[in-house]
Amino acid sequence: MTDKNGFFDLSKSTLSRRTALKGLAACAGLTLAPGFVRYSQAQSSAPIKIGFQSHRTGIGAAYGRWYEKTSAAAVKAINDAGGINGRPVELVIEDDGTDPGRGAEVVGKFATQHKTDIVFGTLFSHVVIGSAPAAGENKIPYFVVSEGHHVASTKLNRYVFQPGITDVKSQIQSMAPWIAANAGKKVTQIFPDFAFGYDHRDYLPPALKAQGAEVIAQIAIPPTESSFTKYFPQIPAETEVIYHVMVGPAVLTFVKELGEFYGSNRPQLFGFMDSLEATDINSPGLEFLDGSHFWEGSPRYAQADDSAAQKAYRAAVGIDDNGAAVGDPKDVSTASHMFGCWETLYVVKKAMEDAGYKGPEDRAKLVEATEALTEFAEGPEHPQGPKTFNGKIHQCFGIQNISKVEGGKLTVVHKTKIEDGLYEAEGDYTTQAL
Amino acid sequence: MHFGPHLLLAALEGLVTSAVLALTALGLSLVFGVMRVVNVAHGEFFMLGAVLAWAISTAIPGHPTVGFLAALVLAPLIVGAIALLAERLVLRRLNYNPEATIVATIGMLYIIQQLALSFYGPEARPVEPPFSYRILLPWFGYSGYKLSIIAASALLLVATWLVLTRTKIGLIMRATQYDSETAQAFGIPVDRVYAGVFALGAMLAAIAAVLIVPISQAHYLMGQDPLLLSFIVVIIGGLGSLRGTVVAAVLIGLSDGIISVFFSPTLAKIIATLLVAMVLVFRPQGLFGTASR
Repeated sequence: MTDKNGFFDLSKSTLSRRTALKGLAACAGLTLAPGFVRYSQAQSSAPIKIGFQSHRTGIGAAYGRWYEKTSAAAVKAINDAGGINGRPVELVIEDDGTDPGRGAEVVGKFATQHKTDIVFGTLFSHVVIGSAPAAGENKIPYFVVSEGHHVASTKLNRYVFQPGITDVKSQIQSMAPWIAANAGKKVTQIFPDFAFGYDHRDYLPPALKAQGAEVIAQIAIPPTESSFTKYFPQIPAETEVIYHVMVGPAVLTFVKELGEFYGSNRPQLFGFMDSLEATDINSPGLEFLDGSHFWEGSPRYAQADDSAAQKAYRAAVGIDDNGAAVGDPKDVSTASHMFGCWETLYVVKKAMEDAGYKGPEDRAKLVEATEALTEFAEGPEHPQGPKTFNGKIHQCFGIQNISKVEGGKLTVVHKTKIEDGLYEAEGDYTTQAL
Repeated sequence: MHFGPHLLLAALEGLVTSAVLALTALGLSLVFGVMRVVNVAHGEFFMLGAVLAWAISTAIPGHPTVGFLAALVLAPLIVGAIALLAERLVLRRLNYNPEATIVATIGMLYIIQQLALSFYGPEARPVEPPFSYRILLPWFGYSGYKLSIIAASALLLVATWLVLTRTKIGLIMRATQYDSETAQAFGIPVDRVYAGVFALGAMLAAIAAVLIVPISQAHYLMGQDPLLLSFIVVIIGGLGSLRGTVVAAVLIGLSDGIISVFFSPTLAKIIATLLVAMVLVFRPQGLFGTASR
């Protein structure tokens, strides 16, 4: 290849005095920027740095934005109340592109470059699974808010925790009795063809079987799919309930096409809110969902019996009664999941205080202190509800909400109990070396 | 579901895919045919069309049809203007050098994508279809709007074909494609033809996006699949051949629809890619392409 146009000829551009001055000014500006403030105080008052692995871009971007908002609100609340062990908390955010490879790099970057105390905040299960080994190698505690079963399966490592949101296996187990009793006995499952979907694929059939119902068909859909009608003929005609859980930007299309396919003559629908997070339930084409039911981690719409803690949490994060950003009704939140960021940060606070955490040299102590936790009471720190924590499998257990779509809102019709979602531990992280 | 209706559904789905694909791929094919520029940012013009359709249709109050029709006219024009600007500011300055333009359009891809993320956001946003008539077949329901996409696309393809073969502009474009140096010697403003073709290519992608957005939603990453499929179509059909592009789009769309309904979508992608490999091995100029001079 010849370089006729001098395209790659760097000698053409000479550095002028003006450019040099501009560069100098930019550098000066950077050092003045807030991130570069040097803490001249003693080590003890330097901030605790929490590396936030955020899905800023990629298919998880809508979640990432709300995870950041919620975490920022929680950090502000924690700092306003005196921080952790008297030290302020600071979030260091890196984008993982909702990509497992990037995720592992980001964890490494937090551990070696930013030297954060912990890593926190990942949602998408494939990113968690991809990043967990990096957390183990760097021996940095990794607090995820993912709802997948991978943490509780004890297939990851001792540094990975999920103390702020329940896992899919527990969610399914606690809701199966309601589905079998109220929706129908013959269930067809539609789920995304990757880790998170496989949790649904693997745990729903046994959970329903225990209730005398059965899964008659399982339809896996690639997470990047943009058109769904072609999958619907696989739904058996005798289906009484379609159990759907979809993720990614095309979820709205999925529901609309299901509506066009069935019209008003549809089977019962039971969905995971993941299918509609960050999406207005009153979007055109979603009338079809009227009367159907959804799992919600934390209710999107303000409920009549909301606790004072729930109201305070909603106000702090900045969401209105419809679960949208205050001042922008079109900016719908990911309410079913993002509460987990708030609660996880308070678990981190509790564990760091229990461990007398001072800095990265105390990371092992932090792991042990987290494992020693057993219970989180409902309150301002845990607005979604009370939880128990199993230190052996690094997973919390809590209540689930089943909500009905009616009048353009989601109203909670059933709340499960913590005991409904408990299961036998599949292993024990505490036997692994630190 | 029985075989007959099942096949009907598959064919309908395939035809909708084909219709959108044909328009998008035609834009890519024109740009390559006339300018010899491989436009990697083509999918982003598609995405811009969809995003603008959302912006325009939400900005215009009243019946969704009004907003949609406004988007159908305005969004391609705006995208065309952006493409024109990109052509003037970037491609022309690289003298349409094939290697440099590939790198430059990759850069454009990222710039447009990240600008969309910054100003439009990460959400998938819906656009209301101009009408929502649901055709009730004995076995299943089907969106009337989807059928109208097929018709609209066919009309646009015929119109493009008429412009290319029956008008002076088309003649000038074909002359430039055939031999740009000779065309210039005969007083054809090749430079302006290039600008126009690049804008037209982007506009075709934008129109396709406006048509598809009521059934699929605008999202800042939506340009990737159309780009890949357009390349597949253009390679199979033959670069710069209008007829080849349309035939290949129908072929790929239908096979994608039918194979994914009866087997799996992954198999459909595998077969499409295999087809590309076979075409490249046995007929490198594509099914309808002419051997390069």
